Amino acid sequence: MTGQPEAAPVPDPARPPRRDAWDKVTGRARYASDAAMANMAHAAVVRADRAHACIVAINADEARRAPGVIGVITADDLGDLGRRFGHIVCDHPILAEDKVRYYGEPVAAVVAETPHEAADAAERVWVDYEDLEALTTAADALASETLIHEESYAGPERGFLGVKPKADTDNAAHRAELGWGDVDAALAAAEAVVETSAAFPLVYGYAMETYNALADWQPGGLHVVSTAQHPLMVRKELARIFSLPLAAVRVEVPYIGGGYGSKSYTKLEPLAAAASWATGRPVRVDTDVEGAMHTTRADGAHVTVRTGFDSEGRITARAIDIVFDTGAYADNSPLVLTKSVNRCFGPYRVPNLRVRGTAVYTNTTPASSYRGFGAPQGALAGEMNMDMAADRLGIDPTELRRRNLLEPGGTVISGKRGLDADLTADLDAVAAELDRHAGRGHEPGVRRGRAVAVTASDAGASPISTAQVRMHADGSVTLLTSSTEMGQGSRTALAQIVARQMGVAAAAVAVGQSDTLYTPFEWTTGASRTTTVVGLAVKAACEDLWRKLRAMAAESAGIDPDEATSGGGSIQVAGADLAPAAVIREWFGADAGEAVGIGVVRGHGETALLPPFWEIGAVGVEVAVDETTGEVTVEHLVTVGDVGHAIEPDLVKGQDLGAATQGLGIALWEEMVYEGEQLTNPNLIEYRVPRFTDMPRRITSVLAERGDGAGPYGAKGAGEGALNPVPAAVAAAVGRAVGVWPTELPLTPARVWALLRSAAETEAAGLAKPPTAAGGAAPSTVRGPAAE
Amino acid sequence: MTEPRPPEGEGPAPAATSVVIAFRLNGRRVETLAPVRLTAAELLRDQLGLTGTKVSCGIQVCGACTVLVDGAPASSCCLLAVDLDGTEVVTVEGLAQGRELHPVQEAFAAANALQCGYCTPGFVMMTVALLAADPRPDRAAVREWLDGNLCRCTGYAPIETAVILAAERTAP
Ligand code: FES
Ligand code: FES
Repeated sequence: MTGQPEAAPVPDPARPPRRDAWDKVTGRARYASDAAMANMAHAAVVRADRAHACIVAINADEARRAPGVIGVITADDLGDLGRRFGHIVCDHPILAEDKVRYYGEPVAAVVAETPHEAADAAERVWVDYEDLEALTTAADALASETLIHEESYAGPERGFLGVKPKADTDNAAHRAELGWGDVDAALAAAEAVVETSAAFPLVYGYAMETYNALADWQPGGLHVVSTAQHPLMVRKELARIFSLPLAAVRVEVPYIGGGYGSKSYTKLEPLAAAASWATGRPVRVDTDVEGAMHTTRADGAHVTVRTGFDSEGRITARAIDIVFDTGAYADNSPLVLTKSVNRCFGPYRVPNLRVRGTAVYTNTTPASSYRGFGAPQGALAGEMNMDMAADRLGIDPTELRRRNLLEPGGTVISGKRGLDADLTADLDAVAAELDRHAGRGHEPGVRRGRAVAVTASDAGASPISTAQVRMHADGSVTLLTSSTEMGQGSRTALAQIVARQMGVAAAAVAVGQSDTLYTPFEWTTGASRTTTVVGLAVKAACEDLWRKLRAMAAESAGIDPDEATSGGGSIQVAGADLAPAAVIREWFGADAGEAVGIGVVRGHGETALLPPFWEIGAVGVEVAVDETTGEVTVEHLVTVGDVGHAIEPDLVKGQDLGAATQGLGIALWEEMVYEGEQLTNPNLIEYRVPRFTDMPRRITSVLAERGDGAGPYGAKGAGEGALNPVPAAVAAAVGRAVGVWPTELPLTPARVWALLRSAAETEAAGLAKPPTAAGGAAPSTVRGPAAE
Repeated sequence: MTEPRPPEGEGPAPAATSVVIAFRLNGRRVETLAPVRLTAAELLRDQLGLTGTKVSCGIQVCGACTVLVDGAPASSCCLLAVDLDGTEVVTVEGLAQGRELHPVQEAFAAANALQCGYCTPGFVMMTVALLAADPRPDRAAVREWLDGNLCRCTGYAPIETAVILAAERTAP
């Protein structure tokens, strides 16, 4: 384990920069937003200006006559194309059919010669609506008789990864449960029962490249360039919508300008493709930030946790209720809910467990995957609950966690992979760093608080991956993978694996962009899986390549394939040591040709047991709260990247800091605010993301390398872990600073100020002692008034 | 090209007018017909093919579209193309000297000050402007200058390191 107590990682001059560095610092890197095609037209999207309404009529005559307009497309113009998409629940119309279900939903697309002409004409499309009851919160939707979706999308063959659409019709998009033991009896017998409720905000991922897609339909084929994280998933939906063979749909994904899960699954691709089909032209669809916020967000959540403890502070039972605000369409939320259920009770020994999750349709922007995938939502209440319990029981919060954390190899959920991490060591590392730099002394008007939090996520998604390595006649290698590069540095890390396996320099390894016409099958790029799962496929491809090279060398030498061996970067045949390049040239009889290795990963062998790995989050924060303004400053952020083995240490630290910073955004600033039917802050002035000057005053990034992962060289994934516990840690630290536990995020100055006031009132009334650093009486849980 | 149908009655507004503008772009003279409503970012990206300049927020908050106009940083998303007339414009494509990267570009690459890279051209341009104004900025000055540039991936610390590194390499 290596600690590094300084802020920014200092560049190691011995390491070459990441392989996309030149492209990106020169502005040459090509993103989907830069893609163009000959004779390309532009679509502007006409969006609903109400949350829930029947469409009575659409009048586009004026728009059709506007300058530059090629066509206006509504749901009625889609002919025999499939009308809807949705990989789990096929509930999402390409264009609203009989009704709109959220403010900002696409109702029509205007295709014109230029973006300006399209945008101008889009304002001349008139839609008549008949309003329905708008249900913009999960509580309203659960209480109402009004249905957001009148039909069930269940059916044979429907579903995804065992997650099936529901057969009944109510406003629940999905339900998930998990449990064992007798929770009620255990809670009744517990020494103390601690309850925590917390609200997790509606969050927008804000990838700086907003969603966009360019599509070119031709008879018998479709070519799409888009920001999709999972090109093969998009290909599958497009093939179904257009009744085309998979092979006839080409999805190309150049560099992605930020993903963080928010670009998972299908977004604008069907709309661009339908517009191309309808007009006979290649069509681009772009979104601005407002359009992006009307495309996808993360699930908001209300979570309630009740935990029973024995007199030693050991957990005897946990009962957890999760209610997601999933928005108008299911997208990936049923799976996010399922994961949240798996991830919310913490990496603790819980002898009796009951988790109930409901994802609720509401008349708001549809929610889907976002970095952390259900873990931050559950951890907010789950980890704050541990802090509240620590105070109630008079035990130090780190010590209380230590008493309950699962040991390495321990069972989180029976039937799943045992815990492949040493959480106690991780937590101790966090606590030690946090204590080492603890703010001392008293500054008037400033209150300080510190907290730690831990999470473990069943990550890695499905272990389905294929990779192809092609060794050329000079021994250099081209790696083909459909894994997308969105900044995580996977091309750099995967090239490193090829270099190690084939005994060549990393500079002699090329990695192409994902393009389903050329690159082999990949399940997804998400769930922090690339280094681990794709890494294993790449490793297997290299092993296959060595096998091919041995066979070629043996054939050239006229011996049995078994008699050729390989090792140390060369092939041994009849006492001679041959370079792989020489083997290729000899076999082809020319300075030409290549040898190809294929690697496959499926639920088999090393990856038979799910999840492929547990992704660990272990963080600590110290905050300072300004008593007069309620402003929160992050004084110290500690992250432990428990990654088994860091193939590119700087890139891992970069992922950790980036993820943790997004966690700080959720904790302190980010929230999509609905007022009535309308999203009121669809821009980056009113939706505030972390800025340069928000950077924590001190950043400590620790890597834990214990070689305990199933990936290459003992590696495990990174990328989400450092986000998951951050909102919880900040909430607990602020609670300790102000003396009242927060019940909702983000902790904007207005909300914190309200917490400070209610703490003062509580103290004045002598009702209870506030939360303390360790121990103390039962804390008061006062519900903070909604700010703004 | 489909001919737009003639307007009937109260038809659409007349087509936008355009103006011929001339300016220097990355050291070369450019003369072009610019529709008056076009932004500088649209002119650079869509009309002149310089896609290194990125657009994200569109409202002068994120800095992704930063270019230098007469040496000063400007948000090209909120600047009209016609206002470039008579100016000297530098974009991220204009920094490298042949095969030699600009020291700021070098430093961003060396310090891993990028992940997805979408914010990078804007940060690089703003850093060039910063170092021109203040060749040896302290960390507070770096944070102050770059607070108008958003990065969603890195958490900013590596960018701060890159700027300090660039300053060390270039300061007189
Ligand atoms: S795109 Fe111009 S400042 Fe954000
Ligand atoms: S590197 Fe992705 S936004 Fe800065």
